[in-house]
Amino acid sequence: MLRTLKAKLAGPRPVTLWPLGVTILIVGAGVLGPLAYLVLRAFEGDWASVQALVLRPRNLTLLGRTVGLTAAVLALVIALSLPLAWLTTRTTLAQHRWITLVGVLPLAIPSYVLAYTLLAATGNYGLLTQAFGLPVPRPSGFTGAWLALSFYTFPYMFLNLRAALLGLDASLEESAQTLGYGTWSVFGRVVMPQLRPALAAGSLIVALHVLGDFGVVSLMRFETFSYAIYLQYSAAFDRVYAAWLALMLIALTVAVLVVEAWVLRGVTLHGNKAGHHRAPRPRPLGRWRIPAVGFVGGLALLSFVLPVGTLLYWLVRSTPSLANLAEALLGSTSVALPAALGASLLAMPLAYYSVRHPSPLTQTTERVAYLGYAMPPLAFALAMIFLSLLLVPAWYQSIGILLIAYIMHYLAEAIGPVRSALYQAPPRLEEAARTLGHRPFGAFVKVTLPLLQRGLVVSTAFIFLAVMKELPLTFLLAPAGFQSLALRVWSFSTEALFDRAAPFALLLLLFSACFVGLLLLTRGDKA
Amino acid sequence: MSRFTPLVALALLLIASACQPADPAPEASEITLYAGRSASLVEPIVEQFEAATGITVNVRQGGTSALAVALLEEGEASPADVFWAQDGGALGAVHKAGLFMAMPDSIANKVPAGMRNDAQTWVATSGRARVLAYAPDRVDASELPASIFDLTDARYQGRVGWAPTNGSFQSFVTAMRMIEGEERTKAWLEGMAANDAVAFTNNSAIIQGLADGEADMGITNHYYLIRFKDGDAAFPVEQVFFEAGNTGNLVNVAGMGVLNTSEAKPAALRFVSFMLSNTAQEYFGNQIFEYPVTNGVTTNERLIPMDSLSTLQPAIDLEQLDDLDGTLALLRDVGLI
Repeated sequence: MLRTLKAKLAGPRPVTLWPLGVTILIVGAGVLGPLAYLVLRAFEGDWASVQALVLRPRNLTLLGRTVGLTAAVLALVIALSLPLAWLTTRTTLAQHRWITLVGVLPLAIPSYVLAYTLLAATGNYGLLTQAFGLPVPRPSGFTGAWLALSFYTFPYMFLNLRAALLGLDASLEESAQTLGYGTWSVFGRVVMPQLRPALAAGSLIVALHVLGDFGVVSLMRFETFSYAIYLQYSAAFDRVYAAWLALMLIALTVAVLVVEAWVLRGVTLHGNKAGHHRAPRPRPLGRWRIPAVGFVGGLALLSFVLPVGTLLYWLVRSTPSLANLAEALLGSTSVALPAALGASLLAMPLAYYSVRHPSPLTQTTERVAYLGYAMPPLAFALAMIFLSLLLVPAWYQSIGILLIAYIMHYLAEAIGPVRSALYQAPPRLEEAARTLGHRPFGAFVKVTLPLLQRGLVVSTAFIFLAVMKELPLTFLLAPAGFQSLALRVWSFSTEALFDRAAPFALLLLLFSACFVGLLLLTRGDKA
Repeated sequence: MSRFTPLVALALLLIASACQPADPAPEASEITLYAGRSASLVEPIVEQFEAATGITVNVRQGGTSALAVALLEEGEASPADVFWAQDGGALGAVHKAGLFMAMPDSIANKVPAGMRNDAQTWVATSGRARVLAYAPDRVDASELPASIFDLTDARYQGRVGWAPTNGSFQSFVTAMRMIEGEERTKAWLEGMAANDAVAFTNNSAIIQGLADGEADMGITNHYYLIRFKDGDAAFPVEQVFFEAGNTGNLVNVAGMGVLNTSEAKPAALRFVSFMLSNTAQEYFGNQIFEYPVTNGVTTNERLIPMDSLSTLQPAIDLEQLDDLDGTLALLRDVGLI
């Protein structure tokens, strides 16, 4: 069995397989192990009490709220990003770069920071009342969670839609126009159907964000599955029920993945072969120009200017302790750096074998890595806690467990850049090195690794910045005495100490801004 | 191979070394504190302790009830040296499980008899009262309820903030169960939920929520509002007690005990002792505006004197407040947690 597999993988030349084996073991154990143990834990105890937990009417309420919030966020996200994407690709407004920037900048504000600023700006005693005499009711509960998550996630949808719109062949749209269809009909009959994959991909990202979100729903006190898991942890520490809630949330996530795959089944798009691809002529907006600019301006105001302004307002009112800031910064960095290095190193063999020697085995391992990414972090963290208590109690509440969780969660994100770099590194070079007498591994290190450098740097930077602002994994798994920027912002915000949260939030904002910058650079999008 | 291997080795080493539990230093210059009180209350005084003694305190921040249950679950494997709870109920529960060591008289005698349990396994570090906070611009003084049981009336529908997941509240429910009985407590909880009480996660959030118009009144601990007012005299929230003897005026304590399993008992006891020193009691009394528990420090003039408070509070023996499990089961039963 192993021999045939080896022969199959190897092709004409022998392939070093141990790095793949080690990677598969690590990824499999790291992602599937905790999840499997979560199931075991959930069925612990007598059947009657398990039944009572599963059949609690409260679970249904939670399901309704979680699904409802996801649907509402998706609707608002599409309503915001579709017009914006169209304006920036099909109209004369596209010449103004700041308009594209409006669709990207909100990414620089981590979702819980956005939630914090929404809370700190509103209410009878918030910024808007104190500074402008505008008593805007505080949008807590559903409204607050809905707004914060929508403003935070719409850029993901926008980027997807914009890329799709830029990639469409203009001749289709123009032929439709010549046939007498108006702007709206062309959009509805020609453009929209072709946007389906982008809409599905964007919706998946948005839905995963909403399902996995913990910071926003906890600050807004809207009880979804994530928030309920947190409450079981912080108020009751009812582990079996928490495990069940985590399983239900995971099941919901898997359902979303299945639906996305089903929506995309059999989708193929024709008509944009390289070379024939031409951008449509930008359309003047005429009397729609003012409403369009108003829309973009309003969006920028709500999703970026107001949050950043609120932050600065409370920053001025705070007396930041430099020692605490430095401690939190050091804490964040001290986990983000090893996690980023670890994830990139682990991504390398995975990307390498899946590009050079694709097989069902490499495919499956990659899917497992994506599963680790799609898993709601709070549920994953809980599974990690259970497993570490069972296997290595000494690791319970250690930085190591936190690092492993980060690496397993972000591994999938690290694979992309490395894989792109691999596609650009010609396999012939490696083969040449081997003809010159290098062993397979030696050839890889001497020839391919240097070519992968850029990809590795990019994925390391991505993961580093992502970990810097990560909250739910950090929240559940951080050992006693560990402080990070994200934990500080969250804990001060839950206590409604808006001024004290501000300096930490601002530092986080700077790191997230780098994240966005990197995102734009690597997408080659000259926004 | 040569360039790759060191990298892998380095990464593995980093992860492996991070997994090692912190070495217990020979003279125990480090202790782990499970702190069930808000970070903003704990940190300043912990920093003073660190500066005064050179002992590093690793703080695990969490809800008082959660940390109590965590201690019970972790048992002997618990890394905790000291547990600082925001209510007597959680301390009672941990004591009942036999996880606390008895403290020497030299520490226990710093507080009067009612401020520690008989076995001397925990001591109070500060006292606090439950109150009703309200927003005067939306609540007329004539509307204020005489009893906490009035809050289920239709006229308070959707106007009352509370924090069912918070330790102080849960301890208060334990007290209510003892004073009023299981049935009446359950009926009150259900009545509050049916009356659309607004759930917050902690006391500060209730107070801020009152100022911001999310609720009109809220049941909370007495000192949070005073801290808000200290920073902003015009802060638009006031607070009152219920009628004398009402369960709503429960006086409770924050307190701490040292774990039996601690490998740093001398340092841990030093920490407890420090919290009863004049420095710390001064901090609790004049910066957090709680009631000091030692004789060395007098009550801040912005609080009503302890004597008057005694006439307002319901009669209860704090040591009896140890049925945390029963309270959590009840709260789960009525669907609040």
